[in-house]
Formats: sequence, C-alpha cells, structure tokens
Amino acid sequence: MNANRIWAIARKETLQILRDHRSLILAFLLPITLIFLFGYAITLDIRQIPAVVVDYSNSTHSRELIRKFTNSGYFVEIERTADQDRATELVDRSKAKVAIVIPVDFANQLTTGTAEIQLLTDGSDANTTQSVVGYASLIIAEYNSASIARQSGGRLSLSPVTLETRFWFNPDLDSQNFLVPGLISLIMTILGSLLISLTIAREWERGTMELLISTPIKPLELAVGKVIPYYIIGIVDLFLAAYVGIVIFEVPFHGSLWLLFLFSSLFLMAVLANGYLISVVAKSQQLAFQLSMLTSFLPGFLLSGFLFPISSMPVPIQIVSYVIPGRYFIEVLRSLFLKGSGLELLYLQGVALLFFAVVFSLLATRKFRKTIQ
Amino acid sequence: MPELAVDVTNLRRDFGKFTAVNNITFQVNRGEIFGFLGPNGAGKSTTIRMLCGLLKPSSGSGTVAGFDIMKESEKIKSRIGYMSQKFSLYQTLTVEENLNFYAGVYLMDSNLHAEKKRTYFAETVLGQLRDSLVADLPAGTRQLLALFCAIQHEPEIIFLDEPTAGVDPLSRRYFWEQINKLSDHGVTIFVTTHYLDEAEECNRIGMIFNGTLSAIGEPDELKRTRFTGRIYKFDSRDPWESADHLRGRADIDDVVLFGSELHVTLKPNANFDKITAAISAVDPTAQNITAIDPTLEDLFIALINEGQR
Repeated sequence: MNANRIWAIARKETLQILRDHRSLILAFLLPITLIFLFGYAITLDIRQIPAVVVDYSNSTHSRELIRKFTNSGYFVEIERTADQDRATELVDRSKAKVAIVIPVDFANQLTTGTAEIQLLTDGSDANTTQSVVGYASLIIAEYNSASIARQSGGRLSLSPVTLETRFWFNPDLDSQNFLVPGLISLIMTILGSLLISLTIAREWERGTMELLISTPIKPLELAVGKVIPYYIIGIVDLFLAAYVGIVIFEVPFHGSLWLLFLFSSLFLMAVLANGYLISVVAKSQQLAFQLSMLTSFLPGFLLSGFLFPISSMPVPIQIVSYVIPGRYFIEVLRSLFLKGSGLELLYLQGVALLFFAVVFSLLATRKFRKTIQ
Repeated sequence: MPELAVDVTNLRRDFGKFTAVNNITFQVNRGEIFGFLGPNGAGKSTTIRMLCGLLKPSSGSGTVAGFDIMKESEKIKSRIGYMSQKFSLYQTLTVEENLNFYAGVYLMDSNLHAEKKRTYFAETVLGQLRDSLVADLPAGTRQLLALFCAIQHEPEIIFLDEPTAGVDPLSRRYFWEQINKLSDHGVTIFVTTHYLDEAEECNRIGMIFNGTLSAIGEPDELKRTRFTGRIYKFDSRDPWESADHLRGRADIDDVVLFGSELHVTLKPNANFDKITAAISAVDPTAQNITAIDPTLEDLFIALINEGQR
C-alpha cells in the first residue's frame, strides 16, 4: 500500500465526480429530495380525514356528537347534506373518506336505550378505513361516558377502569421520528452502492481501465483511493440529512454525534465495499446499476425495517434480514435519535456492520483482476 | 539488466475456438526499435497485451525485462510504459491532470515530473492546452498526450499499439523523433503500425498474419531474403487495363498498382524479355520499364498473398 498512489486515485476520482453532473445530482440533490419527500408527503399517520355528514336528526344530541368528531382533529367536515345519495356519491368519488349518517330518531333512541349511527367508508383504502373505525370508536366511547355521567348527575361512570397508554421515545407516535432515521440509512445505501458501483464499470466501458491495469497499481490501492471520495460524500450527506431531520422535521436527537459518525462510517464501509464488489463483477454500467438496485437498494428498502417491522415478517424473511447491513444501521439510528443509547447497547450492531465491511472489502479486492477478461 | 528486452517462445492465445496468436517465438534486443506489422485482426494487440501482462497467454513461455510473463506480470508492469490502441485517458480531466495522475500512479519523483512537463509543454502544442479537457482535444493531440503518459516515468520498455493512427504527418514526424531519442537513450520500443514508412524506421520488424509470425528481421534484410521474385515497375496511362491483362499470365506472380505506377512481381523462373514484350503488347502507353528493389509494401502484400494460398 502506497499513500501517494492512493492519493493520486482519490484526487482523480474527485475531479471526475466534480465534472460529472449526474454524479453530483445523485450525490447531493437526491438525498435532499428524498428527505423532503418522505418528511412531508409520505406520512403514516392519518389525520384530517374528510367526512360528509348526513344529520337527519338535527337535534342538540346529534350536533354534539358531530362536534366531537370534528373537534377531535381526526375528521374534517367537508359537507353537510340531508341527502344520503349525495353522501354516497362523495364517498364513491373519494371526495370524502367517510360518511357519518345520523338517523331521524337518534335523540329518541338515546333517551330510551341504544341509539345507532351509520358510518359509510371506502373499503378500497383499507388503511384509512381501519383508522376511521378506530378513531370513531374512541370518539363514541368518550361521548357515551360523558352522556352517562351527565344523565346520572356525575354518580355513574361507564368505564370505572381507564387505560392510559404512554408511548416511550416517541410519545406522539410521530411517523417522522420513525422515518427520518431510517431514511438516513436508505440514502446512504442508495448513494454508496449506486455511485461507486458505476465507477469501475465506467472505466471498463470507456477503456481507461486497460491503461490503469498496465501500471503497477495494487488492487487494494485502487479500491481505497476510489472509495475515499464516496466516503466523504456519504458523511456529508449523513450530516445534511440529520440536520434537515432535526431542524426542519423536529426529530429529536438524544444520542452522541461521535457515535453517529462512528456507526455511519462502519455502515458506509459495508455499503461502499458492496458497491465496489458489484462494480468489479459487472464491467458494464447498465449491469452494475441493476445489480446494485437488486442487492442493496431493494433489500435496504423492504427488508431492513425501514417501513415494515421485521418482527411481523414471516420467519424465513426475518432470517434473510440478518444479512442486510441496513437492518443493523436502522436499529442504531433509531436508538441514537430517539433513545440516546450508548455504545454499551449498540456494540453488537457495530460488530455486525464491521463484519460486513470486512467481508465485502476482502471479496472485492480478491475478485479484482488486473487482466482483461 | 538482461540482454533481451522481450524473449518469448511458442506464445499462444485462444479466444474460444479462435486462435488469435498461434505459437509465436521471437526476441527483442535492449534499446532497439522493434516494429510489429500486420493487417487488422492479425494478433498484434493480443500479443502486446500478453507482453504487458494484461492478458494471460493460453500457453507458451517467456520474459519481458527479464521477468516471467506467466508469473511476474506485476514486476513487468512497473518497468514498462503502454499506449493502448483504443484511446484510454480520462476525458473529463485536463491535459495536465492526466499527466499528474499517471505520474502519481507510477510514483514519479515530483522534480523529475515537473521537468518532464516543462519539456513537453515547451516542445508541443500541449503547452497551450494544458488546462483543456481531453474530451475537447483533436485526435492527434490526444495521441501525443497518451504517448507522454506512457513515457514520462522513464520505463525500460515502451509498448506502443498503433500510436500514430489518426495523427497528421507533421505530428507523426515528432512522434518518431521522440521514439528515436528514447532508443538512443537505451530504451526499448515495441511498436505496432499500419504505416510501412514507419516500419522502415525500425531496427527490426516482425510481420504477423492470422496469428502467425511469418517474417522477422531488419527491413532491408527481409526485403532481400524473403522476397523471392523479381520486381519491375513501369508507368502507364491506363494502369487498370494493363493490370487486368497481366494478372492472368502464368509467369507473373502479382501486379500491384501505386497510382499510375505498376509493380509487377515475376515468378522465379520467368523470362524478363518475354514479359517486357508482353507488357508493350498489352499496353502501348507503358514507359520506363525498370527493375526495382522491393519495398516493404511489396513484401507485405506478397506475404499476405502467401498466407492466403
């Protein structure tokens, strides 16, 4: 290993990145776009559900119930109508996600015993429907206990035992707090594997590799020199994404920045070595792109626990997820951001990441041949 | 330092069923300019790549700069300079950045490199183009830069694969001045070329056809010893017509046109007087029928024909 040779490669690679608009866009615009896209547009919490209200009763009781719905923050009344067909039409056209229908004798029924209301929801959107039913049940339960308490003059309560749930680390169950740390891992996976997987393949395609392998350069010097600029891009993107997450999306960060840097470096090494391995094997940019999408981006997106919890996957898939570096890194990131865990709780993940980094690096440098074909 | 820069025996390379280089054996002496000639696809580049350690030979043995081509290719790589047939510098880097990069890879002394760059920039058009991107350079200038990238670290042996393809005559002159200068300093040059005038500049040449080495030696010696027939030239106003007539004759080996000039190669047993009579008979405009020494081009074409028969 000769530092001067590594430096020559790293400097050349940096100049090439700086003059290649595609690489620059991928390196700096993509992370920002992703984080804003996930931060703003994609939210897993369902709030402000558009509702159409059909109040045939039009009594103080029915108005009180409707107020409970709209004051909850979960529902927004977009239209009030006396025509149920109109309500159905709005749901059919997806203008409203739910129609709340209160029958004419609602107030009567209340005083004599059990009253019924009707919720019409759009079952093709299963997620929203589930939330609608859940929120509505809560609101109605609350309305029930309030009205019983009022009717009995405060002596009776419907629910003598109440369940008070507290969510640790993310008390409001804010999905941004859950998404942003995972997103950092995803961004670094895309950048690491995609950008670097093209570099060696590009040199084969353009013919520059033929000259490079006629020199006394060692495979490890070439690998280290090529990885350095991408490692720096990765770290810059890490702090960029973390900054946007913390400042704009108000994701709490309770851990240590040094640990964030340390674990990100380990993860980047694993991802970059994986990308470099692809690059060595592929020899064409097209193939390298497809391989890196297939082997790092897709598993990193689907099987790492970024969106879908690993614990609810089928057992064989859970086992597969153990060989995906992103799995460990996402655990670390969430712990660092939301829990502020220290090294004593995270060292196992650290060992796993280090293992991947070493294995991929060894494979990549051993696979690289300084000959044509 | 070993006497022989290149010494290979029965070097062979197969690509599937196709044999690109078929058991060639030859030597190149230290400090000589060795020209490797042959038509496209004859095996020139494959041979060069095997000598540079870029391609594993299918069989055979040999040394380059004293190192085993089968086992010590990395040692060979630190002693050679290589200019590939396909242009292979970085197009998004400038002229100077390319030079700097290869100086770094070869771990050149920085003072020596600064001096080399000064010379190159002072002597050639690259001086005004040092900050231009390589992508913007004309073909000839690119080749010049590729040459400098291959020789700046002062290697013992330099392999040039068709270095002057697409280079204008003036720059070609400069190329060959550089090559001769390096050879004067004891550097071995192994160069492939299409141009037969360039081949004349070589100390020795090897001619390769269909992967087989069919002649090797000094150019003059080859023209004398390998060219069996006698050759006559004459001028004609209608060279195509007379070539057609003469080609059919049993005592004529070949007729080749060079503009309005015809080169007629006789079979070894042919009678000169009969031929001159025949020429005058078929072509009244024939003038200045004279015996000439064969050129490398005559030899080259004769060897190709020999190979096809």
